[in-house]
Parts: sequence; C-alpha cells; structure tokens
Amino acid sequence: MDTQDWLLLLVYVGVLVALVKPLGAYMARVYEGRSKWLGFIERPIYRLLGIRTEAEQSWKQYAIACLLFNLVGLLFVYVIQRTQAWLPLNPQSMANVSPDSAFNTAVSFASNTNWQGYGGESTMSHLTQMLALGVQNFVSAATGMAVLVALTRGIARRSSATIGHFYVDLVRSTLYILLPLSIVLAIFLVSQGVVQTFTPYATVDLIQPSGENTTQNIAIGPAASQVAIKQLGTNGGGFFNVNSAHPLENPTPLSNFVQLLAILLIPAALCYTYGRLVNDTRQGWAILCAMLAIFIPMTIACAMLEAQPNPHLAELNITGGNMEGKEARFGTTASALWAVATTAASNGSVNSMHDSFSPLGGLIPMWLMQLGEVVFGGVGSGLYGMLIFVILAVFIAGLMVGRTPEYLGKKIEAHEMKLASLVILIPCAAVLIGTAVACVFPATAFDTIGFVDGAPAARISNPGPHGFSQILYWASSTGNNNGSAFAGLSANNPFYNLTGGLLMLIARYWILLPVLALAGSLASKKTVPPSERRLDPGTLPTHTPLFVTILIGVVLLVGALTFVPALALGPIAEQLMVSAK
Amino acid sequence: MLTQLKNAIVCFVILTVLTGVAYPLIVTAVAQVAFKHQASGSLLEDGKGSSLIGQNFDDPRYFWGRLSGAGYNAAASSGTNFAMTNPALIDAARARIDALKQADPTNAAPIPVDLVTASGSGLDPHISLAAARYQLPRVARARGLADSDVERLVAQHTERRLLGVLGEERVNVVLLNRTLDLR
Repeated sequence: MDTQDWLLLLVYVGVLVALVKPLGAYMARVYEGRSKWLGFIERPIYRLLGIRTEAEQSWKQYAIACLLFNLVGLLFVYVIQRTQAWLPLNPQSMANVSPDSAFNTAVSFASNTNWQGYGGESTMSHLTQMLALGVQNFVSAATGMAVLVALTRGIARRSSATIGHFYVDLVRSTLYILLPLSIVLAIFLVSQGVVQTFTPYATVDLIQPSGENTTQNIAIGPAASQVAIKQLGTNGGGFFNVNSAHPLENPTPLSNFVQLLAILLIPAALCYTYGRLVNDTRQGWAILCAMLAIFIPMTIACAMLEAQPNPHLAELNITGGNMEGKEARFGTTASALWAVATTAASNGSVNSMHDSFSPLGGLIPMWLMQLGEVVFGGVGSGLYGMLIFVILAVFIAGLMVGRTPEYLGKKIEAHEMKLASLVILIPCAAVLIGTAVACVFPATAFDTIGFVDGAPAARISNPGPHGFSQILYWASSTGNNNGSAFAGLSANNPFYNLTGGLLMLIARYWILLPVLALAGSLASKKTVPPSERRLDPGTLPTHTPLFVTILIGVVLLVGALTFVPALALGPIAEQLMVSAK
Repeated sequence: MLTQLKNAIVCFVILTVLTGVAYPLIVTAVAQVAFKHQASGSLLEDGKGSSLIGQNFDDPRYFWGRLSGAGYNAAASSGTNFAMTNPALIDAARARIDALKQADPTNAAPIPVDLVTASGSGLDPHISLAAARYQLPRVARARGLADSDVERLVAQHTERRLLGVLGEERVNVVLLNRTLDLR
C-alpha cells in the first residue's frame, strides 16, 4: 500500500466521523418531532391514516403494524414482478419474473437484504425497478430506523406502556431523512455519469467491429434515483447486475467515494442520535468507537491483502495486485475499502467481485456479515443489533463482578437476556444450518416440482475450498440481511431462491420481534435513580474505554467461536493452498 | 386488526407515490435538464459508443482493454467471479499473454496485471497507465506513427487521481482508440 492508499482510508474515516454529529443531531430532532419543515406533507399523511402526531402504541401494536406494513410491501413487489410484462414502462419487453425468483426478490427487498438473484438490466422493467424495488429501498430502511427508535424509547423511558407509533416513526424516517438525502445524492451521481432516463437501451457502433458484430447495446434507465437510496438505506440492490462496479452506476472515483460515504453515513450518525435520545451522548460515541475499532483494522487488513499479487500470475511475469474482478478506476484499495464497508454495514452493494478476492481478503467481508451485521450494520437494524450485544456485554460484566447487570439504570433480568440470546443465536444458526443444508441436499429431492435441478452444491463455480466458501458466503449474506455475494454461485433457481428467502425472513423478522419485545419490557421498567447509581460501585459505566473493549471482545468472541470452524474449511484452507504455491 | 390492515395499505400507497413515483420523476426531471449527456449514458456524439462503457479490442492497431466476463455485452454486465485458485483464471491470463506476445514478440517487459485480468463489470473502459505504456510501441508500429505522437495521445487521455487521493491513474481506452482512428 502506498501513501495515497493510506490517505484514502484516513480521509474516508475522517469525513465520515465529521458528519456523524450534524446528521445525528438532526435525526434526533426529527424523531423528537422538533423538526417540522416538511410538516405540510407530513400532517396530511397522518390525517389520511387517522392518527395524531403524538399517538403511541404498545410494543405489540407496534410490532403488528410493522409486520403488516412489511407484508403489504412484500406482496406488492411480488405481484409487480409477476405481472411486469403487461404493465407500462417496460421498453425492453421484459418477461414476467418466475415465481421462485419473484418470491426471493420480494423478501430480499422487503427485508433490507437486497440479495440479487436476478440480473437487473436483463430481468426488471423500469416500472419494477422504481415502483417495486425503489420503494422498498426506502421503506425497508425506514422500518429498521423505526424499530431502532422504538428500542431507544424503551431504554430511555420508565414505567411506560408504550414505545412510540410505528407509522409516525416510519413516515418521519422516510420524509425527513431518506428522501432529502437521496434527492441530493441522486442528482450528484447523475452529474458524475450515472444514468437517469426512461428511454429504451441505446445502440451504438463499435470502434473496432469484428465480423458480424458491429454494434453494442447499452442498458440505461432510471438508475441514479435507485442507486442513491440503495446506498443511504443500506439496501445494496443495484440497478445493474454488477451493481456499483458498473460504469453507469458508479462512473468515477468521486462517485465511488461519495457512495462509500453514503453506505456508512446513516448507520454511523444514528449512534449519535441514539446518544441524544437517551440523554447521554457519551453512550452513542462509545458504541461508534467500538464499531470503528473493528472496522478500521479489518479495512487495513483487506486492503493489504488485495494489494498482494496472485502468486499464480506473479510467476508468469505479471506485475500488480489482485485486479481480477476489480475496476481500473478504483484499484485494489478503494475496492477493499468498499468490500469492508458494504459488509460491515448490511449494505451488500459491491464495486468489485468479492468472489475473486484473495482467500483471506474474501474472509474479511464474510466474517463481518457473520458478526451479525452489528459493526454499523443496516440503518437502524445495525444499531439495535449492537445494543443487544451491549446488553450481553453488560450481563457478562455483571456476572464477573457478581452484581445484577444494569444498562442506563435499567435492570437486565432473565426475560431480557432470553430475548437478547434469541437475537444473537438465530442468525448464527440460520447461517450454519443453511450452509449445511445446501451442501448436502440431494440432487433428486422434490424432482417432480422442479425444486432441485441437480444438487445445490453443484451450483458452485470455483473448484476446491472456494466452492464451499461460495455457499457459506451465500448463507452468511442472506442469513444476516447483507445481500452481497460470491456471485459465481448460480443461485437463481428454486432451491436457493426459496431457502435464501427463508433465511432472509428469519434474519429480519425473528430479530425484529424480540427487539420490539425487549423495547416493551425495558420501557415498562423503573429506572434506578442516578443518585443511587453513583453510590453503587458495582455498576459498570457503559461509556468508558474499558466497556468499549469488553463490547468489542464479546462481538468478536461470539463471531469467532461460531464461525471459525466453517471458515477453516473455506477461505483458510484455500489460503493455505495459495501460500503453498 | 382490520383498521391495522387498512392503515398498512394506506400508508404503503402514500409512501409508494412519494418514493416510487414523485422521487424518481423529480430526479429524472432535474437530471435531464441539468445533465442530459450524463443522464443518457454519456454517449459519444459520433455514435461510436459511450465514454464510460468499454469495448472489445484485439487488433494490434488499438490499445486493448481489460478482459471481460461479459464479452463487453453492455446489456448483461458480469464479472468472471474466478477465484484466485481457479485454473480458468490462469488459463484466461495465459491466453491474453500469448495474444500480447504474438502481437508484439519483442516486448519482454513485465505485463501489468490489469491487462490479463477481467474487470468487475466486464465493461471497464479504463486500463492503468502502465498497461497503456506497455502497449504503446506496438500500437505506434502498427499505425506507422512515432512513439512520441502516441505518447502525447495517451497523456491526453490519462485521468489523474482526484486531489491526489481518489482513484487510480488510468487511461480511457475507448476515447484513446477513437482519437487514434481520427488521426
């Protein structure tokens, strides 16, 4: 790595951290209802819904509203895909999407995963892209933010039966935060060369025609509006098949840098928002520090690994780092930085092909997903996941000193720990079981309904341990709502579409529910008065470097204990093969 | 429960109109007015492609670009997704090396890696400056031009790092080859 590579990492982290407080403070004002500049749109929406701005729901009502809203969206995306051939705005005459693929994509976009089993420019009509997928990019992100705010209220309130109102939180997230940022970002991206048009694909002449082949058909469409929200909402579902590696989706190093910022912007700023909402900004900064302390070393490691040459090519008198699957305008460092950011956050957009990373370089994004998408994570969902780890860390620390664990004055008891354990264990189990099932599923099962066409394990595209890595990456990505892929795996078939859809559903909604239950249970508790807390030397303050260290330790330990055996079979074994070269 | 379902549908419809209709239309309107060229795909005015989309070159008279997992099909972007340990990656690199050697047998310099690997999109319009320099003598000879003339054209089409930090030094192969043809 050269000086400018280090400089890139430094500038990136610097700009990101500088934006945390201004945006975080603004979002806190939005959720407190103190920001009203879009009230002229906001108030009529509540009127149509028949609710008041200050309306409140119990955690159960909140959860029902959230699930119903997501269900309506999911069904809508499914129906649009299944009928797009007969709907307008389809200049390329795209056919209706198959049932299994449409199910997978509907779940994928509703759950903020944005796993793409399909190739955008060869499958989806403009209408599907904007009306089905684009809308979910907004509302799935807003759902995550709403649930985070509900949990935050649970922590901040005492003896309260309610945790806010889902539709108020949802509308405010969309209207005040996601929409304005997206409009600005989308227009900026167009200025860089991202396409935004409704015309059919363009046909141009080749500079060097070869035989029959004299023209090139260039896919274009309303991409910029989609790309802006895909980054800001940690969605990651691109307009084109290769996502932000595509020159018309991410044309310049500057568009790349700004998209990179957009990936982590809201998840990072929400830490500050959280601190504001619980009236102790130190708590937010402490969590952000823990995230950065995992993110930065991982980025440096990945960038260093990708700058290394492929030994198989080096012996052929080839010079340079691992450029397979990477764009010349980005090089290895900006590609590695993106890979780490997009998997630290549950974004899943890519600007290079992770499948072609060096074995250990590819292990890093995979492991970041396996950590449960809590290092930044999805907008909202990352921080509520991290808060669960905070509760676990408080509990473990409490056991060490023999005291009842407390977080911000709330006693953490058996009920809360059960819910927290569910949140942590469910994705781990989903990933490992999903991988195992895909590896051993018989080639002939459910033959008559076409569920499996050959063994799922035979869908890999690379030989040796890397083939296993492709399946493990698939399960890690869908089982943690990330959406990036080792894209050589042919996953657009009934087995992967249906099991992947199931993993995404589990990862999103089986976590969201315990989190809301936890919010309800915490909200109903009394707070230990701060004066008593200060007198009690057994209570661990949760904003100190000591606690940040414990938190990092807990996150990494859970991730390592659960996944190192599986990683040893894939990327680690492959690295040994490369090193033996 | 019925009220809840009604609310879910009403709210979904409102947000769909806002984010799925109004938002893309506003962005498209601004984009088409302020940045019409970029918004439409950065197409070159002579119809010879887009400045952002790579094309296949294998004639010695042209600078060659990256290998492509998509065969430079700009309606179906794709990487190869070859792992470092995949023999197909080595085979593809060997084939490119052989083609380069055949086009310019005297060149014994080490080959820059971006000339023997496929890009992420399969549509990369750029190569590194080193990769352009490696091919420079061949192109000059095939076209009967002086090295220094071609050198000047390469320099013209070299894009530097923004503020010294962002991006890699690179040459736009599509624009460079088009300029070569215009000479």
